[in-house]
This record gives sequence, structure tokens and C-alpha cells, in this order.
Amino acid sequence: MRNADVLRFARDAAAGYPLRTSLSVLAMAIGVAAVVVLTSLGDGARRYVVEQFSSLGSNLVIVLPGRSATGGFNPANAVTTTPRDLTVDDAAAIQRLPSVRRVAPLAAGTSEINANGRLREALVAGTASTYLEVRSFKMSQGQFLPVADWNRGAPVAVIGAKIQQEIFPGGSAVGELIRLGDRRLRIVGVLKSTGTGLGMNTDEVVFIPVAIAQAMFNTNTLFRILIEARSRDHIDAVKREVASLLKARHGGEEDVTVITQDAVLATFDKLLRALTAAVAGIAAISLAVAGILVMNVMLVAVTQRTSEIGLLKALGARGDTIRNAFMAEAAMLSLVGALTGYGLGLFGAFVLRQMYPVFPAYPPDWAVVAALVTALSTGLLFGIMPARRAARMDPVEALMKH
Amino acid sequence: MAVIQLAGIERVFHLGDSEVHALTHLDVSIEAGEYVAIMGPSGSGKSTLLNLLGLLDRPNTGTYHLEGRDVTTLSADEQAAVRSKRIGFIFQSFHLVPRLTAAENIALPMMLAGIAAGERAKRVTQALKDFGLDTRAEHRPDQLSGGQRQRVAIARATVMQPAVLLADEPTGNLDRATGDEVIRLLEELNQRGMTLIIVTHDQKIGSRAHRQLMMEDGALKSDTRSSPAAGKA
Ligand SMILES: Nc1ncnc2c1ncn2[C@@H]1O[C@H](COP(=O)(O)OP(=O)(O)OP(=O)(O)O)[C@@H](O)[C@H]1O
Ligand SMILES: [Mg+2]
Repeated sequence: MRNADVLRFARDAAAGYPLRTSLSVLAMAIGVAAVVVLTSLGDGARRYVVEQFSSLGSNLVIVLPGRSATGGFNPANAVTTTPRDLTVDDAAAIQRLPSVRRVAPLAAGTSEINANGRLREALVAGTASTYLEVRSFKMSQGQFLPVADWNRGAPVAVIGAKIQQEIFPGGSAVGELIRLGDRRLRIVGVLKSTGTGLGMNTDEVVFIPVAIAQAMFNTNTLFRILIEARSRDHIDAVKREVASLLKARHGGEEDVTVITQDAVLATFDKLLRALTAAVAGIAAISLAVAGILVMNVMLVAVTQRTSEIGLLKALGARGDTIRNAFMAEAAMLSLVGALTGYGLGLFGAFVLRQMYPVFPAYPPDWAVVAALVTALSTGLLFGIMPARRAARMDPVEALMKH
Repeated sequence: MAVIQLAGIERVFHLGDSEVHALTHLDVSIEAGEYVAIMGPSGSGKSTLLNLLGLLDRPNTGTYHLEGRDVTTLSADEQAAVRSKRIGFIFQSFHLVPRLTAAENIALPMMLAGIAAGERAKRVTQALKDFGLDTRAEHRPDQLSGGQRQRVAIARATVMQPAVLLADEPTGNLDRATGDEVIRLLEELNQRGMTLIIVTHDQKIGSRAHRQLMMEDGALKSDTRSSPAAGKA
């Protein structure tokens, strides 16, 4: 029997029993759709987190005071006292390291902002002109903080997009005077909105020169030092150089923590990949169940078509021809089920993206390949037994069944 | 030359502890082009013999030569090839595949034999015409009458030009008139040279054959030849 005929025969046989066929196709489709949707969800979460972290800036290395602090950019950390001082001089020393491109000191606190007849609480970040590039932010109006000596500072401020909207709705904010705590500052720029990121929301921050912030909060310590390495390859060198430099400057004590965005990112990435794989594994169980259903459907088909099998043998069909026909039928049920499920899954992911636009819910390629391959191979695997049963059937007995 | 030669055929079925001797000491020789009726009471071994002749079953002992070739020793696949090319089956219950049209049912043996679709279509068209089924090509079996169904089955059994046509009570599910029509069709095929072997309970049909094999308890009780003239009467 020619291959094309085997396929056509199997297709007609499957089409001849629509209820049974659609049932097993449906089971397979649900299994594959489950894998596609769930991995879209898992991988979407991973991509979302990775993107959020990437938006912190490229090649970023962060120094925070204290040995064990791993808090990252959590607003809750913003007001806690630091165990050991990081100073502007430390930041200036780091700037002279060979692997470092830019350094931005960061002092943080909260204060009241009062302007245009409005009053609100705001997070205050004392930093320098370099902060803009280190964090890869963009301006929507005016300029960022001017280049200046870090130990002095002009009475200027840059505000986040949300503060601008709330205090100067609709209008231009550049050139306006604001009162921040007991200081009067002139706005020189407004940051472009970065959306709600992880941790500190820059849309609600007022940036001022670090010297002014330190004077305002009556401190000479820094909350963080942000460092941009010359390139990705320099990140490790920066880490090492910064650690040894600060150890030397702090009297031989290792009292700071140097973290890289890469390390944090890698951890999250690994975690969420594992989560996605686990979810895919759970969904794959439904594929195995679908495979068993295909087997049952095929066993019923073999029983129901016993006299047909006898006839085919009487007409000269070899055992392997009959086996191939039934295998082809099982494969078709699985294939159609898998493709239907793939389509359903993609649609499900599409609906997810419509509902949560920030969430990049696309199924990872490996999951799609794995789901389709698993669906097909379980279908075939579970098709073997019924097909062999059909092939081995005694023709005389088979013909007597009716 | 004998198209079929059976020597010392025994067929024993085991039912639990008891043995059923469905065929015992069978020696039969059938010439090419013969028209043979196998008759006898129920359970006498007629169907068992026909299944053996059709290579659907193997004897426990004895040899079977088909067209001079010992077919008892062939492998299952070799026997399937012989069935495909040299043997045509016709059953009491037609055994058409219900989801396939008349044309597709007729094409089935050619499809199994790996004949190309173009050639199949040509031969199916011819067969439909030969058996008066032109207008029924696209009908499925449940849309056909009993007589039409058996004609489709005969077309299917002969489309590969077999040497031997085996029919197990081909008129058993048909009324007298339709049954006679089917028998006439089979006789026409026989006249064109096909060896025809019919199992039947019907004396009238049996007497039309040129040779009657009477079975009893698995053995051949009598082997009579009526003159061709009497058969055709
Ligand atoms: N598969 C089997 N297992 C056990 N016994 C069998 C089997 N097939 C046939 N027999 C027995 O062999 C004997 C001959 O059966 P067979 O079907 O050849 O009879 P038959 O002449 O065709 O009868 P009928 O006219 O009723 O069709 C019977 O006694 C039957 O019970
Ligand atoms: Mg019988």
C-alpha cells in the first residue's frame, strides 16, 4: 500500500467516526494549549522581570553600605540608617578607577514639596549629572542636573513625570521655583516617565545635587553609589576594584556590598525559568493523559472495526499495512490535536496580552517544540499497542465479528 | 493443470479440552475454470474448507498446492500477496466498508496492492460499468440495496483478476430473485475462465454448479459432476 493511500485511508477512517475522533483531538488540544498558555505565563513573567531590571541601566554596578545588605532598590530601605558610611569622597575615588566609566552618588530621603500652591510628599534623591546616563533615563523637558562639583551644588531640581503632572498639570515646569523642605530650588528639567518599575518609582522622585540633599538631611553619608562599567566585560573588574578600593579607604574593613545587575538578573532569570519548566511539566501530564485517551480511542476503533480488519486481510493486506494504517490514524489524531491546541494556546496567550499589555506573554520556542513533540510521540507511542493488536488479528475470527 | 490440489488436509480446533475435527483426510483436486458447489449440513466444515482455500487459515497437516505452488509453507506476508493477486472472496454479509463509497470499496484491493491511483480509477470505472453500478459509484453501502451491495462486493473480489473466486453463501442474505441475479453474475465470470467455488445450502444453486462436493463431519461424503448441459438448464 502506498504511503499516500495509507494516510488517506487513515484520514477517512478518523473522519468516519466524528465523535470519537473529535474527543481525542480535543483532549490532545487541551493538553498542548495548557502547555502553551502556562509557559507563556511563566516566560512572560520572566521577561517582564528581566526587562524591568534591564531598565535600571546597562553595565550597572551598585555599592551599598553594610556587609549583608541585599535590599536593592526598595523604598523601604531608603530611610533606614546605614551601618557604615559611604561618602561622596568614596564615590569620587571610585570615579578614578580604570574600569569605571561613570559614577553617580545617591543620597536619599523624603521631604515635602511645595509649589504652585500645591503640597505633597516626595522622595528626594541627591545625586549628580552622571545619574541620567548611568540609569539610561531620558528627559521630557529641560536638562538634568548640571555638571558641578559634588561638594557644592546649585539650587536646582529635576522632577519626575508624575510630580510634574500633579504640581504643574498641563504646563511647563522648567524655570518654576519650588520649595523643598526649607530650600527654594529652581526646576531645570523633567524626566520622561519610566513607568512603574521594580522598587523606586522615579516618576515620583525629586532629583537635586547631592551636596544640597546631604545638607537638607543633615548627613554626609550616601545611600548608594551607582557605577557604570566601561563594558559588560569590565563588570567583574569593577566589582573587584571597588571592593578593594573601599576596603583600603575604610581602614581595611569590608563594610560594603557590591552587587551587579547581572547577578540579580541571573538569579531571577534562573528562578523564573525553573518555574516555567515546572509549570510546563505539570501541563505535560495532561498530554500523557491525552495520549492514554488516544490509545483507548484506538483500542475501541480496533474492536469496532474488527470485521473491517478481517476483510482487509482477506483482500490481501499484510500485517504491517494494517499496523501502519492504525498508527497513521493515531498520529493524525495527535497531530490535529496538537496543532489545534497550539492555535488555541496562541490565542490564549494573545488574550492574556490584551488583558495585561505590560506582560509579554509569548510561549517560549522550546515549550512549543516540546509540547508538539510530546503530543505526537505520546500519540504514536500509545497508538502502537492498538495497531499491533489489529495487525495480529486472526482473519477468520475477525471476519466472523459483525 | 489443477488450480487447487489438497492432499491429506486436517484441521483441528481446540475448544478447552475437547478437539473439534473440522476437516479430516481431505484430498480434493479442482481444475482451472471449474464451477464447484460445496454443500452439506451446518457444521460440516464448508466454511473451514473455504477459509483454507483462501489462505485465511492453515491446516494442521496436509499440503495445499495453488497453481502448482505449495502455499502451506509460505510466510504470512507471502500468503497475503497470494490472496491479493490470486484469490477473490465473496461473503454472505457482503463485508463492505461502511464509510467508503461503492467506488472506494471496489478500489480497496488495488489500493492495498499499491496500484497507482490513476490505474485504479480506470479499472474501477470499468468494473462499475461491468456490474451495472455506474450510477451508484458515490453511494455508500447503506444507500445501496442488498443486491447492489453484493454486486459491489463481487466487483471488488474480481477487480484484481484473481484465478479463484471463493463465495461463502453469497445469496444467504438476499431474496430469491436478487440471489439468482448474483449467481448469474458469478457464472458469467466463471464462463470467462475464473475458477468459481460456492458454499451453499441451497439445492437449486448447488445443482447449477458443474460439480458438487458434499461434506459431512469434516469429510468429503461425495464428489459428483453433473453434465454442463444439466447445470445450465
Ligand atoms: N474457530 C473455531 N474454533 C472452534 N471450532 C470451530 C471454529 N471454527 C469452526 N469450528 C467448528 O468446526 C466445525 C465446522 O465449522 P464450519 O464453520 O466450517 O461449518 P459450516 O459447514 O460452514 O457450517 P454452516 O453451514 O453453519 O456455516 C464446526 O463444528 C464448528 O463448530
Ligand atoms: Mg459456514
